[in-house]
Amino acid sequence: MFEAVLLTVITAATPILIAAIGELVAERSGVLNLGVEGMMIMGAVIGFAVANQTGSGTLGVIAAVAAGMAMSALFGFLVLILVANQVATGLALTILGIGFSGLIGEAFIGVPGLILPELYIPVLSEIPFIGPVFFQQDAIVYLGFALVAVVAYVLFKTRLGLVLRAVGNNHGSAHALGYSVIKVRFMAVLFGGGCAGLAGAYMSLAYTPQWVENMTAGRGWIALALVVFSSWLPLRVIVGAYLFGAVSVLNLHAQAVELDIPSQLLSSLPYLATIVVLVLISANRRLTLVNTPACLGKPFVPDR
Amino acid sequence: MRIELVKRKERSQFMALFSPLIAVGMTVLAAGIIFAVTGHNPLEALYKFFIEPLTQQWSLEATINKATPLILIGCGLAVCYLSNNWNIGAEGQFVVGALFGSILPVLFPSFENVATLPLMLIFGAVGGALWALIPAVLKTRFNTNEILTSLMLVYVASLILDYLVRGPWRDPDGYNFPESRIFSDAATLPDVFGGLMSLSTPITILIAVILAVVLAKTLKGFEIRVMGESPRAGGFAGFSAKGLTLFSFALAGGLAGLAGTMEVSGGLNQLLPVISPGYGFTAIIVAFLGRLNPIAIIVAGFVLALSYIGGEGVQSAMGVSNKIASVIQGLLLFFVLACDTLILYRVRMVSRRVSAAEVSHV
Repeated sequence: MFEAVLLTVITAATPILIAAIGELVAERSGVLNLGVEGMMIMGAVIGFAVANQTGSGTLGVIAAVAAGMAMSALFGFLVLILVANQVATGLALTILGIGFSGLIGEAFIGVPGLILPELYIPVLSEIPFIGPVFFQQDAIVYLGFALVAVVAYVLFKTRLGLVLRAVGNNHGSAHALGYSVIKVRFMAVLFGGGCAGLAGAYMSLAYTPQWVENMTAGRGWIALALVVFSSWLPLRVIVGAYLFGAVSVLNLHAQAVELDIPSQLLSSLPYLATIVVLVLISANRRLTLVNTPACLGKPFVPDR
Repeated sequence: MRIELVKRKERSQFMALFSPLIAVGMTVLAAGIIFAVTGHNPLEALYKFFIEPLTQQWSLEATINKATPLILIGCGLAVCYLSNNWNIGAEGQFVVGALFGSILPVLFPSFENVATLPLMLIFGAVGGALWALIPAVLKTRFNTNEILTSLMLVYVASLILDYLVRGPWRDPDGYNFPESRIFSDAATLPDVFGGLMSLSTPITILIAVILAVVLAKTLKGFEIRVMGESPRAGGFAGFSAKGLTLFSFALAGGLAGLAGTMEVSGGLNQLLPVISPGYGFTAIIVAFLGRLNPIAIIVAGFVLALSYIGGEGVQSAMGVSNKIASVIQGLLLFFVLACDTLILYRVRMVSRRVSAAEVSHV
């Protein structure tokens, strides 16, 4: 029983973990991309469609990442080149993504999907209890953890990470030092888009291997909240994602034990939990002020 | 080649007026391309989408009905966005408003007199305002990001509605269908102008006009604009940022709640598990297309309403998926935001060599 619960927590946590780590990089560079939900849903539909047409899950995942990046490029063009309002453009990206995914996905409603194969890590997967839970997952679960580790390393241990954080904290100084603020931000936004696309592919190829309209159901927004929860520190994203994963599977398991609680109340728990967590984190000024990128959401026009 | 922005000396009045029109033009062009790519005659589809709904009585009525909530919600959102408060949860405020507005007809169906309708409308506005005040209070007290909290409350509101119509508020004589009882005549908003529109439309237009005057001519309107453009300057003038956050959220929520009540009272006549085809989100596009000006929002509301009706039109006439409507709505917002750049900047294309030469001259 406990093992089964833990397995569902991992599958629920993985998409928000991946989407959040991508958004964290974008926000560290100073760009607030509220279009995570839209990029994620596009990743989900494109991933499903390509996997369905080619019969290859790998191609589906690659296409989903590309779709997320294409969406984020559109966003980047508007907010970085045309200096459009970041909040409004992010919303536009979400509205557009939900619309486009519905249009593309119409042909795939009710079509059985492809499930990504599980990778059994040799030796480790045979450990009782721990093995099946942690070492018999599909590749994207492992990739999620790898992404967090790489992002944590690059952000704080490399020159590239230093430049990225400089651009996010003080774009004027970074520009004066000769770094291309726009270029760095564009790369960060593309990375965020790729991650959101990957998270979407996980939704439609592993979480529920089928296409359902609006299937991301606000997970992109929860990923955004997760970045705030982590106070922009990569390793804390894991903690947050698993916390939210646990809350969101409560519904599933409460039905199994036939608790007399309205299912709508349980379904609303992840959203309510997000609000509560946001309040707790943002009420703590010390925690948020230290790590919030100082130029988050602020437009930059290089003066020539 | 790269694109360079050159800041204008002052904002272009010409572009302020024409950038939304350019955006609509580009959207029509993009829609034509999408129709062509999906294998339909683009000219025929564009005609059926954008023009035909305006030529027939029934579709004109439908367009007016759809435009009404969009305009009312869009006006409230404009006040939020002008003052830099990012309320994106109008969909939830619409739903909670509808729930509050339905308290009388659902729980007290025998309460039928002249006071029924006015009380329902007041309840609706209060309900929407209270729901909107949650993110506003969290923002002012705990510095919580209002974008995320207001959006999360949309999901919560829809789940509450779902719970009520399937549970305690279900029609006792309704054969277990997930619907509330049908509202009595006293709780139904009457039609006006020979059935062309419900009373909700004139009420909405009146509110938009009042709001336009308030924004343009009163101290409150000045406060809203100053606090949006320069909160620091506003602070020196004695305006309170927190007070304005609470005010703008309550106003936007109140209008969205009113729209929700008028929708169930004037259109649906009962509560259903889903009562809005995304009005709260589409109204965000309406607010921006109307450049946050209530009078222009009236026009923008009709443009977006047309996209709903046109979407249904091309689906029934040409077999195009009605999902195309939300694609077109999304594209429209993109083009609006892109074209707004033209108000403050001139865009020019430069090749690298030319700009290097310019630098050497200096």
